[in-house]
Amino acid sequence: MIWKIGLFLLLSFVSIAGITFPIVENPVSWYQFPLIPGLEENAKIIFFHVPTAWLTVIAFLMSTIFSIKYLRKRNLDDDAKSYAAAQLGIIFCILATVTGAVWAKFAWGSFWSWDPRQTSIFALLLIYGAWFALRSAIEQEDKRAALSAVYSIIAFITVPFFIFVMPRIMAGLHPGSADDTNSGPVIDFKMNGNMQLIFFLSLIGFTILYFWMWKIGYRSLLLKEKINKQYIRG
Amino acid sequence: MKAYALFRKDLHSELRTRYAVNSLAMFIIVAISVILFSIGQEKINENLTAGLFWVVIFFSAMSGLARAFVSEEERGTALTLQLIAAPSTVFSGKLIFNIVLVFAMNTIISLLYAALFESFVIKNFPLFFTTFVLGNIGLAVSSTIIAAIIAKAGSKGTLYPVLSFPILLPLILTSVSLTLSSIDGTSFAESIFEIAIVACYDVIMISAAYMLFDFIWKD
Amino acid sequence: MSSYSVVAENLNKSFGRRLIFTNLNFNFSDNGIFGITGPNGSGKSTLIKIIAGVNTATHGKIIHQHDGQKIVPEKLHNYIGFVSPYLFLYDEFTAWENLSYTSDIREIKLNIERVEYLLNEFLLYNRRNDDVKTYSSGMKQRLKFIFALMHQPQLIILDEPTSNLDDSGKESVYKIIEEEGKENIVLIASNEKQDLALCNSTLAIEDYKNQTENRI
Repeated sequence: MIWKIGLFLLLSFVSIAGITFPIVENPVSWYQFPLIPGLEENAKIIFFHVPTAWLTVIAFLMSTIFSIKYLRKRNLDDDAKSYAAAQLGIIFCILATVTGAVWAKFAWGSFWSWDPRQTSIFALLLIYGAWFALRSAIEQEDKRAALSAVYSIIAFITVPFFIFVMPRIMAGLHPGSADDTNSGPVIDFKMNGNMQLIFFLSLIGFTILYFWMWKIGYRSLLLKEKINKQYIRG
Repeated sequence: MKAYALFRKDLHSELRTRYAVNSLAMFIIVAISVILFSIGQEKINENLTAGLFWVVIFFSAMSGLARAFVSEEERGTALTLQLIAAPSTVFSGKLIFNIVLVFAMNTIISLLYAALFESFVIKNFPLFFTTFVLGNIGLAVSSTIIAAIIAKAGSKGTLYPVLSFPILLPLILTSVSLTLSSIDGTSFAESIFEIAIVACYDVIMISAAYMLFDFIWKD
Repeated sequence: MSSYSVVAENLNKSFGRRLIFTNLNFNFSDNGIFGITGPNGSGKSTLIKIIAGVNTATHGKIIHQHDGQKIVPEKLHNYIGFVSPYLFLYDEFTAWENLSYTSDIREIKLNIERVEYLLNEFLLYNRRNDDVKTYSSGMKQRLKFIFALMHQPQLIILDEPTSNLDDSGKESVYKIIEEEGKENIVLIASNEKQDLALCNSTLAIEDYKNQTENRI
């Protein structure tokens, strides 16, 4: 119980600090953020957009890991865990896409411009969508678990292509891209200590929130199955 | 050799029933004529030509390549195959069949493109040929393994392009950029990175497909 | 005489969370005719598919041995002959083409003598060059026996072997089963009294269903 209150306080602090702390050219006080050329006020999205993108990838990774585990052990609990992770993954994926697009409207002038990162997150969204479409098409539980597990593994091995390859083929606008001259490697060099601190606190807070949601998610899936089974048996 | 015998069986069956070939041929004609109608008299640039070339290839593949597994599953002969061949043999046989089909299909599409589109002039032929070969193999491998999944999933038509597109996206994007380079006349050495990507994609997909096929094939 | 054995160790199969059977053990070896019984939907077909290696068990394993050597799953299909109502041959090919492609894919030289003997035995010799789609269901059933026996398997698995057959068909099937049972292992999954009369012993799937109640 205590950790839940702690998590609430942490996320409240991160949200308030991330939104209200001012950005100044030469930060002196502990609550001031530095000015990053090319990003200015828009830089604050980093506290919310990056954690969602990070959790999209984490959820996808977990979903794949539990898929592999299912194929090895054939335990349907692993399938429920994989499904719960993917459910959260697609929510965070939509959040990351939307926050990114809104930010892009102000930073780059349009909501969508097929930047490599945008292409990659779009592909991830398609993969999640296809995965759920595949699951809803199969009635039989263990067949559904096996086929969707195979698909998620195949989809997962295309991810490196998006991360390493797309930026080489297409011109990048996203902060942190290889050819981004004014605001590139943001996290290491351009942020000052307190900005990094808030950023990592936000990352940690959102990650804990994710694991908590995931646990509730898969436990409710298991309970639902149990109830269904009792209902069938009458 | 076992895989080759399976391929011969599929080819013979295809020649008798014309399941895939007829729909594939019609699809290519329809897709290209729709593009020609919508272009009208305008001269489209090379960028668009290269993109549209792969659009036609992708959707033609989606209309024909699923048959390899779907026809076995529909007729209930998948069990027969399981009883006479190891999973790897089945996958190899179907893969050879789809590779042959993809090469035939894409050769026809390329010839039609060269004849009908003014801006489809290949300046660097060796580069185009390499892209063509590596791209076709990647396309065939990914489509074959996804075809195996949808055949077992029981929902045949609609799901196939939905599942295949994200998997094929890296291959298609790279192939489009390579095709554009070969139309531009970019040298082979400058495109070596992209070629390496397509080759990597092929190798990774082939190994993953062989590893995972067992799980799909056995209920 | 061949020495072939099939051993099941603590076999368990569930569809999703529905248990089909559990703790199933058996040991069939050398030769003989064995029956598997159970009401409709009890998992007979599932069990024999697992034995044939086309389906996987949830837990436990099936071990096939030939002359004391374990058979790897990739090679298993050449030791097994399988007949069932849900097995289909290729409609667009003739009987002969079906059989010759089958042995090509198995990479076994087509044993013409044996195939002709079986075609005669099952009264299909005159129709061997007709497309399978022109066959009646009984003729298709006979063709499945030829398909299953042509490569002289050590383990013959028959699911409802006499379905769709007329009296003369049943006669040839019983004759073949008795003949094969002297040298090889024949497993029959059926509820027909006549089929089960041939068996040396039978295994009832219903005996392996307990435990269902205390599982989640």
